[in-house]
Amino acid sequence: MGIYLPIAEISVNMVVLLAMGGAVGFLSGMFGVGGGFLITPLLIFYNVPPAIAVATGANQVIASSFSGALAHFRRGSLDVKLGLMLLAGGVVGSSAGIYVFAFLRRLGQLDLIVSLLYVVFLGAVGGLMLVESVRAIRRARSGQPATARPGQHNWIHRLPLKMRFRTSKLFVSVIPVLGIGAMIGFLASIMGVGGGFIMVPALIYLLRVPTNVVVGTSLFQIIFVAAFTTIVHSTANQTVDVVLAFLLMVGGVAGAQYGARVGQKLRGEQLRALLALLVLAVALRLAYDLFVRPASVYSLVIGGV
Amino acid sequence: MRQARVAPLLLLAMLSFTERATAQLTDSTPESIEIGLSTDTIYITSDFAGANLTIFGALDNADPLISRQGGYDVIVVLEGPRRTVVVRKKTRVLGMWINTDSMAFQDVPASYSVAMTRPPQDITHSESYERLALRAQNIHLRPMDTDGNPASIEEFTAALRERMQSSELYSELVGGVQFLSRSLFRATLHLAPNVPVGTHRARAFLFRNGIFVKETSAALNIRKAGVEQRIYEFAHQESLIYGVLSVLLAMLTGWLGRLVFRRD
Repeated sequence: MGIYLPIAEISVNMVVLLAMGGAVGFLSGMFGVGGGFLITPLLIFYNVPPAIAVATGANQVIASSFSGALAHFRRGSLDVKLGLMLLAGGVVGSSAGIYVFAFLRRLGQLDLIVSLLYVVFLGAVGGLMLVESVRAIRRARSGQPATARPGQHNWIHRLPLKMRFRTSKLFVSVIPVLGIGAMIGFLASIMGVGGGFIMVPALIYLLRVPTNVVVGTSLFQIIFVAAFTTIVHSTANQTVDVVLAFLLMVGGVAGAQYGARVGQKLRGEQLRALLALLVLAVALRLAYDLFVRPASVYSLVIGGV
Repeated sequence: MRQARVAPLLLLAMLSFTERATAQLTDSTPESIEIGLSTDTIYITSDFAGANLTIFGALDNADPLISRQGGYDVIVVLEGPRRTVVVRKKTRVLGMWINTDSMAFQDVPASYSVAMTRPPQDITHSESYERLALRAQNIHLRPMDTDGNPASIEEFTAALRERMQSSELYSELVGGVQFLSRSLFRATLHLAPNVPVGTHRARAFLFRNGIFVKETSAALNIRKAGVEQRIYEFAHQESLIYGVLSVLLAMLTGWLGRLVFRRD
């Protein structure tokens, strides 16, 4: 079933888009990531122009994160206070990121920097998480009591300006919270993603937030970052295709509900190991494009009159 | 596939032409060619997935003897609106494939679809195609910066044609033009799903025994239909409101989706 996209100006298969949205939504609900780092490469692979894929991906992420965050809010696994503090940092970071984005585009190597950032961050985050979670799974198998929170206190927990986050059972300084928010906002606006795949491990490993609360809180924060990105892209570049986004959303929200349910059934370390594998797979896929000779070394950019 | 409907009335008019043409056996006036489009605008609606465009045409003053021997050939071209195209080239730097070189071309037809009666080499010779700038390999391509190195201009020009062909924007269909009678013909051209919107030009070329005789052309607008056009205009004119509405739509979908698909 074909459908014509008014902004992308191409005709695409509706069923493919619904399925794509559903699959990404499922993973997004399960792991608490917005899915931007999956949907954007998938759209580009499906011949949607990259600028439209980035902006529309951000728009679709809002729907699945909103739906997922609602599910977590009802279940009490969403720390609104922590989410708002992360967001405060995030707004500052995203604003800075947009300037850097414009600067890189003037240099003419934006695509390369974005790809490299993806490979480096996804590779590092995925690799670290995989190692840690496999260790945790081994520990659990060998009968040792699994520690509720990996590690105990580190230097982060000795910083001043402490604040209590009840839902996360956390008493921690606001400095690292704002800092993580800002760093993720910065990367998110350059890479065109919500930043969940960095947020989730950062909250788990740096702040020691319990895994089940991390997912809901991350989704909550992503809603706002993605909304900000969508509006900026729409006003600056007119690259948000609302028809394309809507199709992805419909598939995505359905998938997210099933994903959230499956995610609740898995143990924390299993969830982390699976997310690590997914993140590594995307990193490898992008590295492959960067290092293996493309089918054609030439590409066309068809512009205006 | 949707058939763009063309010219039932013109067909009748052309049939009468034909009779007149065959009546004049000893004819000294040269042949000419006419094409007709029933509409000057094709609208792309939401279910558009490419289309076949049919164009009817007729030869005027056709020599019946040459007709009978199959000496007439017709090539019909649908040329898309002219755009600026940048060709980028990747090379290997530190093991990575990076865009290192690019060249911009102006007034490049954004699409170029050809239909012909027989295989191109049977119609006329390659010099003749070159002279007429006919077929994808003979379109004049002008780089923005004309003082560039000739070897690299040639390389990028070839790459531009090759990329356009592989994305089906430049295509050729042998047998796409068929004679329905001695002088009446029908051309079928494929509009790709990613056909560019704008003013296209349909051109018909007549050949007699391998010699180019005459060319004619007609304009065709390809536009987005009502809703698609309105979304596009809204996104460009009221981009802030459009962005905010996209965000609200996403939240509404997320909320409704949760109501419908709730699993807890």
